[in-house]
Amino acid sequence: MDYAIQQILNALSFGAEYALIALGLAIVFSIMGLVNFAHGEVIAFGGYSMVIIGTVLTGNPFILMGAVLIACVLVSVLLERVAFRTVRKADLTTGLLTAFGVSIILQNAFLLLGSPRPIPATQFIFLDRTVLVGSIQVSSLQIYETVATALAIVALMIFLRRSTLGLAMRAAALDFEMVRLCGLRANRVIATAFAVSGLLAGLACIFIMARRGAVSPHMGFDPVLTAFVACVIGGFGSLPGAVLGGFLLGAVEVGVLVLLPQSYGSLAHAAVFALVALILVWRPDGILSPAKEKGDKI
Amino acid sequence: MLEISNLRVTHGPIEAVHGIDISVPAGTCVALLGANGAGKTSTLSAITGTAKSTGTIRLEGEDISALPVEARVKRGIALSPEGRRVFYNLSVRENLVMGAAIRKDKAAIAEEVDHWFTRFPILGERRDQPAGTLSGGEQQMLAIARALMSRPRILLLDEPSLGLAPQIVERIFEMIRELRSQGVTILLVEQNATAAIGLSDHVYVLNNGLVSSQGRAADYGNGAELMDQITGVHG
Repeated sequence: MDYAIQQILNALSFGAEYALIALGLAIVFSIMGLVNFAHGEVIAFGGYSMVIIGTVLTGNPFILMGAVLIACVLVSVLLERVAFRTVRKADLTTGLLTAFGVSIILQNAFLLLGSPRPIPATQFIFLDRTVLVGSIQVSSLQIYETVATALAIVALMIFLRRSTLGLAMRAAALDFEMVRLCGLRANRVIATAFAVSGLLAGLACIFIMARRGAVSPHMGFDPVLTAFVACVIGGFGSLPGAVLGGFLLGAVEVGVLVLLPQSYGSLAHAAVFALVALILVWRPDGILSPAKEKGDKI
Repeated sequence: MLEISNLRVTHGPIEAVHGIDISVPAGTCVALLGANGAGKTSTLSAITGTAKSTGTIRLEGEDISALPVEARVKRGIALSPEGRRVFYNLSVRENLVMGAAIRKDKAAIAEEVDHWFTRFPILGERRDQPAGTLSGGEQQMLAIARALMSRPRILLLDEPSLGLAPQIVERIFEMIRELRSQGVTILLVEQNATAAIGLSDHVYVLNNGLVSSQGRAADYGNGAELMDQITGVHG
């Protein structure tokens, strides 16, 4: 019983991290048709900001968390302004290659200006403690991660349903030109999407840093790749799909680890991707694929 | 209200409208008629700023031809587009709120949304359902209501009768007649010449990107002759 609860919490916290990052990808994709592979570098940028601010200004973890969130939002919006805005009307492939280019440039900037080796930043490690819930030992970080993700999803839902900009973001996923014809500036809607995406990356960054306690140039790449798979499973461009895909992937990953005998541990990834392939055979567009109509991206 | 002179509209290498002059005085309904491909929708796209054009477009004397789409909406231009283009994934209420995106007066917006729900009970009943579940006629009503939510100075209606059953078309035209009697300035694009002439003060007929005739609506009689000319059907 304890073991089962422990593993469920594992699955939830894995899934929460994937869902956070997948949501960040999906929000930008749904509006612009851009698969933002530089999203991982936004996460890494948050980590480096934490190192710099933690060294120079303050070691207070709560101020640092705020700083990480702000840094990720700012860099995400900045990337849109300098890199993605210029290719907005171009072919989708151009956007994808631009994203890869931005990702490579940023990774190398981290290498050159930082270090190829991990730089320790341990201010958030206190989040990860073993706590007793009843008679069960669980990791507090996993609980925080699951709860924070759930709160972030609820906040995002409220934003997307109640605010004009949120409505515009949902509408823009279907018909961007019509959103402009309602009087909303395209730049403003897209910048908001990148800001929200950056905020989610910042949240993911805090939890990744709490687990790793160190920042390295390529730390964002793997999580984003996994989140990309989560998006594909859920249906690319669908926000509920991204969340579902994230949690599903977390559950499958933990399930495979639990069910496979220890000696087959190295097959875990193969098993996960085989299951993903099966899901895609069943639903080629993903489980919750969004509406097909796409307006002009202007 | 709206003065267009020497308007040329291009889609890439193709020029769809070859220099036309149109005037829509305040409080009137002007019909822009013509066959498929005559340049009607291109003209509207130039007015809203979604198509490239040369020439001048003046709204209440101000030249808006260099302004981006959003700025023109803020100046008072609203479009109910061809094919309706309601946001399928948003609820009926959310579609109306999107229409009022340029306004800040939340209370008045909520009141107007309720007004439309009373005016069209079918929209009211489905206020929280996705607009994609509405029928074609209901979507058309929603598209017009959405356009009016911005409190425009001029309403552009692009083929509101397209693809709708005759009884529904009659209801849509009834709605336009009512708007006109309330003093809303309207530029109406239609293929259904007979119905459009009955609603309008002034008529322009477009043919291959040029104005082939224009005049007071009354001069076109019941529009039967024009209808033959547009549809190519001689009855």
